[in-house]
Amino acid sequence: MENVALSNVGRKEVVRGSKRSIRRRLAPWLFVLPFFSFYVLFLAYPALRVCYLSLTNSDIAGQGSFIGAANYLTLFQDQDFWASVLHTGYFVLLTVVPNTLVGFLLAVLVVRLKRLRLFVLGCFFLPYILPVSVVYDTAIWVLDTNFGIVNLFLGSNISWFQDPVLAMPAVAGVTIWWTVGLNMLLFVAGLQNIPKEYYEAAALDGAGAWQRFTSITCPLIWPVASLVLLLQLILQFKIFDQIYLLTLGGPFNSTTVVLLYMYRQGFQQGRGGYAATIALMLVLIIIVVSLIQFRILRIRRTPQ
Amino acid sequence: MKSKRFSVLGLFCTLFTLVMALAWIFPIYWITITSLKSEDQTIVVPPSFIPWPPNFDSFVYVLQTSPFIRWYLNTIFVSVTVTFFSILFALMCGYALSQLEFPGRKVVYTSILVGFMLPFSALAVPLFMMLNHFKLVNTFAGLILPQIVVPLSVIVFKQFFDDVPRDFRDAALVEGANNWRILFRVYLPLNWNITWAMSIVTFIGTWNNFFWPLIITNSTPMLTIPVGMTQIQLAYGVQFAEICATAVLASIPTAAAYILFQKRVTQGVMAVAGIK
Repeated sequence: MENVALSNVGRKEVVRGSKRSIRRRLAPWLFVLPFFSFYVLFLAYPALRVCYLSLTNSDIAGQGSFIGAANYLTLFQDQDFWASVLHTGYFVLLTVVPNTLVGFLLAVLVVRLKRLRLFVLGCFFLPYILPVSVVYDTAIWVLDTNFGIVNLFLGSNISWFQDPVLAMPAVAGVTIWWTVGLNMLLFVAGLQNIPKEYYEAAALDGAGAWQRFTSITCPLIWPVASLVLLLQLILQFKIFDQIYLLTLGGPFNSTTVVLLYMYRQGFQQGRGGYAATIALMLVLIIIVVSLIQFRILRIRRTPQ
Repeated sequence: MKSKRFSVLGLFCTLFTLVMALAWIFPIYWITITSLKSEDQTIVVPPSFIPWPPNFDSFVYVLQTSPFIRWYLNTIFVSVTVTFFSILFALMCGYALSQLEFPGRKVVYTSILVGFMLPFSALAVPLFMMLNHFKLVNTFAGLILPQIVVPLSVIVFKQFFDDVPRDFRDAALVEGANNWRILFRVYLPLNWNITWAMSIVTFIGTWNNFFWPLIITNSTPMLTIPVGMTQIQLAYGVQFAEICATAVLASIPTAAAYILFQKRVTQGVMAVAGIK
């Protein structure tokens, strides 16, 4: 009698044991699942869906039918699209390298400070944490045609954002003012990681300040610089907010960038399928250009 | 002799840096000052740099004639909710990827790395369609849900958890703690700084997000601050004191977060860029 009872208990425990081991193996999924289900729903699925949409003539509500590669054929002949690619490229040229260079120079200036350091860092970084709409307000007031402090100071009446030639450089300038603080911070961190002994040794060998800068600082900061350049490149290709607010693509569409074109096609004209095609092309351009830049930066890095 | 020339050069550099810093911060000073002027004073030439006494009319006007407070509450609700859930989920997922063995671990990690490289703006069209299908356009759910997924936070937390010595986990396991306890009683306190830093950065980022609220909201009461305040300009036209007052009001939370937690914000933005 006792034996039977015991064996029953034993069997139950074996069953519970195997269940427990499965549960144990799957328990970590409880930690992963909240994030991963959001990831699948709001990132992975839309990413696959955008590929399918580019093959349809669907509207912005998702109603439409499969039309094969027709969107891509339209896109390749769409002058407005290629113009927007050119404008984006122009903006990238005006921001990526200047923003990196200015960030580096500010970092060089800041890193030698002691007591004033936090204050100066704060001055350069504060614009970065402002919403783009505040940056927009600041820009239209400071750069106003008639009453802006910049025009008063220069004694001119320049309409920075309405001039076909000046509009894009003006948006680029505002962008640099807004975002250079981040680059500066990354460079400051990089500069602090360069051992002081290198500079002391070079000074003992009679190297001047300029020589120490070019032969110690510049090569040793290069890894940070290439990181900043890559981050900047990916970021600036996605330019939308500043253009949407400051110029709305004008004057005469001279600042219409790819995402603004996508926004207009998709959300204003309701061409969901075509907008998806534009979005995919932008992703493709970003991937190709970052790969090219990655290659160039690595090649330049090896000889040093 | 040489050291003297050096210090003159150093002084010059410091002065130059200070001038640059003041020039950089000047536009922010300028909108703050302008918001404290009366509308007539804003266009007086030459402009006054220290208006006294300060005039708060434009603040009163903005708060009384626009749904600014409603937008403020919207934005606080959205930013706090997004920050809470995105950090909580990222902590949990980062912990599992860093410390636990489970089937599908590699797949999850690889897909998060891929997801981190996808630009959000490229997914706007299908996201809008999906939320539209579930009738979530112009709702808080529509505003909040897609912003909770931040693959980069998971990657950052995983990297920080990787650096925690295994002894901590082993000791806790010996004491009979389960993974929940280990995460929230051991790993979280050990990484309190980076968690705090990532939370502030997520909060600022959500508060400032312009693109998604622009797409998913379409009625005045549902707007967030960055989108709503652009409507004020459309309504008022060129009224600089009011525009500046809006800008000041809109910047208070993020600017305060930065000034109070300068060190954490710095740590957060650097972690996001891949530098610990």
